Amino acid sequence: MTYVKSLVCRSCFEEYPIEPLNVCEMCFGPLEITYDYESIRKNISRESIEAGPFSVWRYDAFLPVSRENAVDIGTGFTPLTKAENLGSRLGLNNLYIKNDSVNPTFSFKDRPVTVTATKALEFGFDVLACVSTGNLMGSVAAHGAKAGMKTIVFFPENLEQSKQVSASIYGPVMVAVDGNYDQVNRLGSELADNRNWAFVNINMRPFYAEGSKTLGYEIAEQLGWKSPDNCIVPAASGELYTKIWKGLKEFSDVGLINQPSTKMFLAQPQGCSPIVSAYIADQKIVPPVIPDTLAKSLAIGNPASGPFALETISETNGAAVATPEEEIVAGIELLAETEGIFTETAGGVVVSSLKKLAENGDIGPDEVTIIFITGNGLKTQEVVTGGVKLVKTGPTFSEFEDLIGSEANF
Amino acid sequence: MSVLIRIPTPLRRLSNGQEKVEVSSGSLESVIDSLEQSFPGIKGRLCDDQGALRTFVNIYIDGEDVRFLEGINTQVKDGSEISIVPAVAGGMN
Repeated sequence: MTYVKSLVCRSCFEEYPIEPLNVCEMCFGPLEITYDYESIRKNISRESIEAGPFSVWRYDAFLPVSRENAVDIGTGFTPLTKAENLGSRLGLNNLYIKNDSVNPTFSFKDRPVTVTATKALEFGFDVLACVSTGNLMGSVAAHGAKAGMKTIVFFPENLEQSKQVSASIYGPVMVAVDGNYDQVNRLGSELADNRNWAFVNINMRPFYAEGSKTLGYEIAEQLGWKSPDNCIVPAASGELYTKIWKGLKEFSDVGLINQPSTKMFLAQPQGCSPIVSAYIADQKIVPPVIPDTLAKSLAIGNPASGPFALETISETNGAAVATPEEEIVAGIELLAETEGIFTETAGGVVVSSLKKLAENGDIGPDEVTIIFITGNGLKTQEVVTGGVKLVKTGPTFSEFEDLIGSEANF
Repeated sequence: MSVLIRIPTPLRRLSNGQEKVEVSSGSLESVIDSLEQSFPGIKGRLCDDQGALRTFVNIYIDGEDVRFLEGINTQVKDGSEISIVPAVAGGMN
């Protein structure tokens, strides 16, 4: 069963019934799902959650759809791994990696999409669509395939080849748009207005956004029903960042964990860091920028959840950090070399931001810190192909031995 | 001597269901004022009490975000097309 109450405007608090609707008619603010937390508190316990499936669906009491008819390809309950090697490199004794690159389509996007695809079927849609910087479209295409829905995905045509391949294999209509993500997004918004499609991150956005809260629930449960001291989260629209915090707060509101005192840190690449700029300038709104970054998955210059991300930073005494473009690849390499996890560019941004926060003393050495690795490195291989260094040898023992002898550093 | 405004779904109740509306050219502010004369209440949805564009309202003139132009003071030329688009986003990662 679900505990959903209504849709409410995050800006002016106007209330709406549960429909495929994402914009407040009064002020254009985004809509958000509300729940009957009193009933959740009465009916849901740590034990009832622990008895659920090992996926995001163990938390369906906090989602807008129940698990019975879930379009489920096995999303969530991803590993929370203690990062001893990276931690010792950075002087952090309690560093953890939430490795969401091992989801079915190799990014955290499966969380919002499994929820949205399920709700879209319930609403009776037969087309699942999205605008995407890459990861989302793979997830939409996969869940659409599982649900037996048609899928159509819109993306900037300069997108990494591997992200295009990782979506096309599921058979969606692939629309490459001559423009940047913000332009693709605008096209999608106008299309969503005129077509009867479930655009997962447009007209279905309130349902979609809820899926990301499961990252907050999982880390709390995996830490033994506790909240961490610090979270470092990559940001494009800022939605994931605000939803991890919402997840922790909801768990505390219904008594599953103590009140969190987590500091929420937001990470963006220098070439697209509108939220960081607004944070530094102490503004309440986020002036848009034209993205120019290696981290294409974070290349949203006009982040809709920007104002809410700024609120979360201030509510949690967190901060926003921009990673210089030239340090993104170094971050990817550092994580791979120390922890055996190959992440995409967004993960490189997170690891480099972590390094900076640790060096500046913004994170204490014994504090429990979690970095969110949200996508798999194979999707952005282009940025690291230059790092392939070969030792060439003939196929015989002696040829190899000769080589070793001549290679002092081997 | 007019400009075309595309009306998004959330405002169509105010525009009597019309998806496209033509008004006289001028500054964006005057265009919004003309819209208000035809469809009372619509300005309050787009602008706050001080007359500034609301945070979650994106306006594009011939595809250009007015925040990269001169905002509400941007001159809208004859024959231009204005889109009013809610600030939704997504695709993070």
